[in-house]
Amino acid sequence: MASNEVKLLSSWISPYVLRAKIALNIKRVEFESIPETLFPKSDLLLKSNPVHKKIPVLIHGDRIICESLVIVQYIDEVWASGPGILPSDPYDRAIARFWAAYIDDKWFPNVRALLVIEEDEAKKATLEQITEGLVLLEETFTKCSKGKKFFGGDNIGYLDIALGCFLAWLRVLERITDVILLGETKTPLLFKWALDFSSEPVVQPDMPDIDKLHEYSKGFSQRLKAFDKKKK
Amino acid sequence: MGEVKLIGAWGSSMTWRVQMLLKMKGIEHEYVEEDLANKSPLLLQHNPVHKKVPVLLHNGKAIAESLVIIQYIEETWENGPSLLPKNPYDRAVARFWAKYFDETCLPAILKAIKTAGEEREKAKEEAIELLKFLDNEVKGKKFFGGDTIGLVDIALSFGAYWFDIILELVGLELITKDKLPNLCQWIDEFVNYSFVKENLPDRDRLTHVFKVMFPGSAAK
Repeated sequence: MASNEVKLLSSWISPYVLRAKIALNIKRVEFESIPETLFPKSDLLLKSNPVHKKIPVLIHGDRIICESLVIVQYIDEVWASGPGILPSDPYDRAIARFWAAYIDDKWFPNVRALLVIEEDEAKKATLEQITEGLVLLEETFTKCSKGKKFFGGDNIGYLDIALGCFLAWLRVLERITDVILLGETKTPLLFKWALDFSSEPVVQPDMPDIDKLHEYSKGFSQRLKAFDKKKK
Repeated sequence: MGEVKLIGAWGSSMTWRVQMLLKMKGIEHEYVEEDLANKSPLLLQHNPVHKKVPVLLHNGKAIAESLVIIQYIEETWENGPSLLPKNPYDRAVARFWAKYFDETCLPAILKAIKTAGEEREKAKEEAIELLKFLDNEVKGKKFFGGDTIGLVDIALSFGAYWFDIILELVGLELITKDKLPNLCQWIDEFVNYSFVKENLPDRDRLTHVFKVMFPGSAAK
């Protein structure tokens, strides 16, 4: 393998993989997408990410990088001459990192829970938490975008990628629960942002088709429930 | 470079991480001690999302989350010693392991501390399995950062020093020579590293703080 070849262990359903793909697209890096079977996990995945056994995994020459946000920062730093993904100002970078961590640690677990919760009261509470989180993110968007199209300003940046990767799944969950999660009334700016983000050339080709994802989600919920039961 | 203020809590290993970097870089700052049992308007104003320490205030702008703060400090005060390597791949590796400890190992370790009996035994086994990856990572090296301490060493400080005190209180032995030999060696190197040694919080006072944090912990 050439020392600079780029490969990405991926899956069309994974929002985390989408983060890596968008970052590579922004930098116009040619890469090979290696679809991962997931159930069961491939030997390549288990070997290259023994710690988490998860995708995405970026293989750059003989270097292996795991964890989507670590990968995005790596891509930003290695292909430094391309358009910047993290903001240039250290304080703006800190804000972007803070909210990306919030999205992953606090907000998304509620979204994921929605796929497995059965009980109505718990579902209602989770839906509320998701919406509350989005209202917070709407405020953040106002501060970060400074009137422009994206969290990153004129162009997609780190925080756009961190949140935007979940849009297709959000839309699928809205169909499943029959509840508007990211709506024009409560979060008008994010609502518009979602449309702008999804139609960006560096995003659009890799964003999963919502009908296809909805179909996939039917079996996926069952698998997630089984996986969670095993872990307990 | 402007006014720097750190809101922290004595005994908090997350606060300690940031204090170490500020000291390493010789950054003058005002330290504000937070009473976590009675959170101040200052803290709640500047970290409304998590309401936790540490929070760094630089010219009035607030940054929260220790690993975010650390990277902010590194990027704002670029001169002097650094916790993060220069090379992007090494940085990615450092970020990966720091994240792994905080998000995966620490919850498992805390679970082992807080439970008892069979549940504790199970949690302990799980925590040891998770720590084996870190044990492997530091094998053959003095520190995770190489010859000098880096981001991962600072991130793991809880495991090195704080944890030993908790062990005494709770009788939970996690990092042993037979299961995690390289981590054991690393702990030794880390707590004896001059800069760290001079700045570790007083053991007796920390023991007292933990007795409060983990009540009933005297029971073995």
